Amino acid sequence: MVHNGQPIAVEATGEKMLVELYRRFAGDYPKFFKMDTLSRLGFIAAEILLKEPIPSDRASRQRIANSQKPTAIILANRSASIKNDTDYMATISDGKYYPSPALFVYTLPNIVTGEIAIRHQMQGETSFYILDKPEDLEPILLSTFHTASADRKNIQPSTSALAGWCECSDANTFYAKIQIIWNN
Amino acid sequence: MVYCIGHSIISPLGEGSHANLEAVQAGRSGLKLYTHRFADVEPFCASLFDTPQDFVPLCIKSVEGAMSSQPSVVSLQSSETIFIVSTTKGDDLDLLTPAKTIAQHFGNPNAPIVVSNACTSGVCAQITAMRLLEAGLYRHAIVVGCDIQSRFIVSGFQSFKALSPEPCKPFSPDRQGLNLGEAAATIVYSQQPIANSQQPLWTLEAGSIHNDANHLSAPSRTGEGAYQCLMDVMGGITADQIALVGVHGTATMYNDAMETIALERAGLQDVPKSVLKPFFGHTMGAAGVVETILCAMQATNRQSSIVQSSIIKMLSGFGGVNAAIRLRV
Repeated sequence: MVHNGQPIAVEATGEKMLVELYRRFAGDYPKFFKMDTLSRLGFIAAEILLKEPIPSDRASRQRIANSQKPTAIILANRSASIKNDTDYMATISDGKYYPSPALFVYTLPNIVTGEIAIRHQMQGETSFYILDKPEDLEPILLSTFHTASADRKNIQPSTSALAGWCECSDANTFYAKIQIIWNN
Repeated sequence: MVYCIGHSIISPLGEGSHANLEAVQAGRSGLKLYTHRFADVEPFCASLFDTPQDFVPLCIKSVEGAMSSQPSVVSLQSSETIFIVSTTKGDDLDLLTPAKTIAQHFGNPNAPIVVSNACTSGVCAQITAMRLLEAGLYRHAIVVGCDIQSRFIVSGFQSFKALSPEPCKPFSPDRQGLNLGEAAATIVYSQQPIANSQQPLWTLEAGSIHNDANHLSAPSRTGEGAYQCLMDVMGGITADQIALVGVHGTATMYNDAMETIALERAGLQDVPKSVLKPFFGHTMGAAGVVETILCAMQATNRQSSIVQSSIIKMLSGFGGVNAAIRLRV
């Protein structure tokens, strides 16, 4: 786990590491324990970023101190919600058909953006993309911030985003690299 | 803005956008009761292909259909063309591989973009296309929406008790829930219109996405996100300039109530509504593409005056997400 270039020591590994980080950086949100691994991963990354911006980034520190949140949440990965899809499939396996609505709700990758939006009350855009590699998100972000054409009188394009890669292929294999981008 | 220069729909109601429009105008629905299609699931009412389809060939056929109707100004092999696939469950839970297979089939050198934003994906994919083209990053975008029903999806919606045992009745007081559906649809968007009397088929002028920040699987009771999207895309026009609104209309208790509130808050309660899920069911990742095409065709057919040339398409989805676009026909 690396925050702003600084490694953070954690004792646990795998899914337990996410619980450890939750207790350290949040601890006040019981809904965390209903989330699937992908959502927990994104939730913690967002929690840390929105509470402790880069020490050298005075602009971010100022904005967050003023409770200004990024407008949009734009995340991506390669494998969608495969880990939770697999967990859900176990509830509809041969000879044991008990489909779980609690698991089914997490069989969409964009749910992690919804969890972050609810936690931080962000009512801007939330989007999820399935891409080959993290760099492929750059043109999407660039165009998201692109100035709206003159036709669009009411729409303020997103000017900031919590954006990046949020990937989970099984309980012990996950990776997130997320940052806040301010475009103004 | 960007310009639609080709489109196609393949659904249980037929192949081709015109075949699907005719079916809707004739009142034909694809909804049927299925009792043995998938093991263990309870009987369900849905619109499915008679012969089960495979995701990749279906999408390829859809792209070919959209490309066949327009002059060959779009080169699918060009690096200036981007494939954008809208889907929720892809091909057997894999979303990226089938998208790559589709793009590679047509010789496109770019890594495709897959939009997976729950049921709003088809509208979000069009918004992504519009942004990429307006930013000058690509000249053409092939937006393909597709989802194939499966035991995975049907069992899940049944576990939510979200499905109606009968054909759905959106906005009716005795609505009982949604029906699932499957389809593939493609829209070809270009930075520039083509100098041709039949083109463009419509222009995509505005799009907006907002999260309710309220609940993962139920919409905000005040329709907050949907209302914000409507207000955004209505910027600069009034309700009387709107020929129709293509609603989401899933026929669940919560969605239809929320949408009604959002539409009233935005002053759109008297604008004609296009309600398509009784014909196609909820086609998930394909819905935004199928329903946009049909709304544009419906509005083109029924324009009563030159003033009414705008249409709005709105959708909502799991994760609290809402999206809307505005087209000019």
